[in-house]
Amino acid sequence: MADSPAPSSAIASITAVEAGLAAQGYIASRQIATAVYLSQAIDKPILVEGPAGVGKTELAKAIAAWRGLKMIRLQCYEGLDEAKALYEWKYAKQLLYTQILKDKLGEVLGGAQTLHAALGQLHDFGDVFFSKEFVEPRPLLQALLEPDGCVLLIDEIDKSDAEFESLLLEILSDFQVTIPELGSIAAAKPPTVILTSNSERNLGDALKRRCLHLHIGFPEQKLEERIVESRVPGISQTLRRQLVAFIHDIRTLDLKKQPSVSETIDWARVLVLLQSAELGHEVVKDTLNVLLKYESDIEVALPQVTTFVAKAQRQNIFG
Amino acid sequence: MQENLHRFFRAARGAGVHVSPAESIDAMRAVASVGVADRTVLRDSLLLTLAKSEDEKKALGACFDLFFAHVDPAQAEASDEAQDAASNEAQAAPPSGQPSDADTSAELGPLAQMLLAQNTADVSAAIANASSAVGLSEIRYFTQRGLYSSRMLETMGIQRLRDDLDRLTETNPGLAERLQAGLDGLRDTVRDAVAQALALYGREETENLRHEILRNAQLSRIEPRQVEAMRALIRQIARRLRERYSKPRKRQRRGHLDVRRTLRRNAAWGSVPFLTAWKRKHRDRPKIVALCDVSGSVARVSDFFLLLIHSLHDVVSDVRSFAFSGHLIEVSEILEQKPAEEAMAEIMHKVGFGSSDYGSSLVDFEKQFMASVTPQTTVIVLGDARSNKLDPRADILKAISERAKRVVWLNPEGRVTWGWGDSEMPRYQTFCNVVRPCATAQQLERAVSDIVSAYQ
Repeated sequence: MADSPAPSSAIASITAVEAGLAAQGYIASRQIATAVYLSQAIDKPILVEGPAGVGKTELAKAIAAWRGLKMIRLQCYEGLDEAKALYEWKYAKQLLYTQILKDKLGEVLGGAQTLHAALGQLHDFGDVFFSKEFVEPRPLLQALLEPDGCVLLIDEIDKSDAEFESLLLEILSDFQVTIPELGSIAAAKPPTVILTSNSERNLGDALKRRCLHLHIGFPEQKLEERIVESRVPGISQTLRRQLVAFIHDIRTLDLKKQPSVSETIDWARVLVLLQSAELGHEVVKDTLNVLLKYESDIEVALPQVTTFVAKAQRQNIFG
Repeated sequence: MQENLHRFFRAARGAGVHVSPAESIDAMRAVASVGVADRTVLRDSLLLTLAKSEDEKKALGACFDLFFAHVDPAQAEASDEAQDAASNEAQAAPPSGQPSDADTSAELGPLAQMLLAQNTADVSAAIANASSAVGLSEIRYFTQRGLYSSRMLETMGIQRLRDDLDRLTETNPGLAERLQAGLDGLRDTVRDAVAQALALYGREETENLRHEILRNAQLSRIEPRQVEAMRALIRQIARRLRERYSKPRKRQRRGHLDVRRTLRRNAAWGSVPFLTAWKRKHRDRPKIVALCDVSGSVARVSDFFLLLIHSLHDVVSDVRSFAFSGHLIEVSEILEQKPAEEAMAEIMHKVGFGSSDYGSSLVDFEKQFMASVTPQTTVIVLGDARSNKLDPRADILKAISERAKRVVWLNPEGRVTWGWGDSEMPRYQTFCNVVRPCATAQQLERAVSDIVSAYQ
């Protein structure tokens, strides 16, 4: 954190991104670093797709920590609408204020002789109740109002309805929202926007067109070893190598849910806790439930454990 | 560089990646900010800005490799200089290895000199120049290959080379032989360049043409090698229909004020109606029961029809499909669980290849599955209604049509033949809401589109 740059400075190069994210414990592949760099350079949101647990959400957190920015997170779900994502009028407060100001209103209007005059005066201060004081900003509006900019994470956009996507379009392309009573509110400083999706449904072309499209898959063996190294400090090199080799073998099986990076890290932590120096059949069989989340998957994997462990151990000799 | 990028965008479109003008601007900006020095970074940047799905990334990656295998941006600029340098060199000092050739080669045309010097960088630069001179990136169809090759060779000065060659054959046969070999090599290189250009730029047009032909081809008569292409086309049609019909319509939001819900929603501020709730019209998604004849020539049409219907998950809430020839079975599960080819093979194995008997198949349906037909169901029958002179049992179809919302009959034969021979079409027709011929992919698309839109 010591060498984190001031929030406003631009990113110098792709290698700077790699180094910056690595300092936060996020080992980024070249592609990810390029995407982050480009999103700054040409002011575009990043749409991250990929299987669960490969570090899509983590990426946003790492960027926020590295750039020293606030992170605002909007978790999407079915039925999410404008009022919960963008802004809402504080009805209760409006109502309360009209009650409190009732006498004052009476006084002001009392001066008017005719109904028309009263109506005219009412029009003059009618907008008072639809001003910024009565707007309750929700995550999207908050992100725009943040003076130093921020990292806006729109998580699992594929879970929201198709209508919600259309709502996002204005924010994503122009970094502004339009509130009918107040007009357009533009961002003080364009936020870094990260959208994540598990490809549960196909997103609209209009949304995709406005974003850089980044696909994060399962990392290569070398990269995954580095990730484990950075996330689980106490792990020995032997175990790390065997463990990652084993997981890569497991991923070749036909499973309901493939173990992803987050499971690798969890498993590495478990093995460190159990103080195993290297991979053994018994330990693997006992802890397989950390790695695989379905009973049927464990059944598929169990017969293969012996072979895979032996293979992983050989890997260590030659690798 | 900009020119190169523009040509790359065109090539990308040919490879099936949708590159809109906005995306190409993004890509330009991205390239401007990362530079072109590092090829992997350039590749990543273009992939990030242009390709918007896993498949597109794959296609674009392949396209990138093919494209920049030929035009390396850094090299292209360098080779211009190299060319100048080389030509100066050639004038100043003719190939020193063979002093006896020096006099003759001085009289040769520039192309002949280049070939004899065997400077590959020069040759490829000359080919690049010639290809931009004749507008090679405009190539569309494979029939244009010969035309473009000869034009390019002409631009490079092949006429002069031939004259040189004729002259040399008389004066210096050894050199002529070398030149002839060089010329053959050059022909090959140019042909390769044109072939590559066709692979890059011609694909879009060729694909369009092929699609157009495929759309209007008789489904029952397409050749086995086209089946895969037709499946792809059907999937495309399914995607288009999904996009058109899966979105909720405006009509759903109109209606009368729902007083009960309005009061409840506004209870927080003393039932002063700040927020209004409207009565919604409940609209069903299509429920479809499909009966498909899988005998003889109708089988293939049924195959594509089932593929189409079952790829409409977002649009259609409930599909049950049945296949019959001599008797009838339900095939929904087979189609849902297995890939298209396997599923069809299994269905064929179970009921296919019999002589069709519409009467007993309808009896099978009435006995086992009549309950699946509700007032919201559209029943689609796909078949030629040729029942081999057996009892058609049109009364069962009548019963079905009384229960169902609609009965649609799709017939792969043309209207002219209905009622001829053993066709029972006129008898069935009376109990159908819609009857239409359905022999090509285009007709299939229209038929399904109409069925779905009847629910909107």
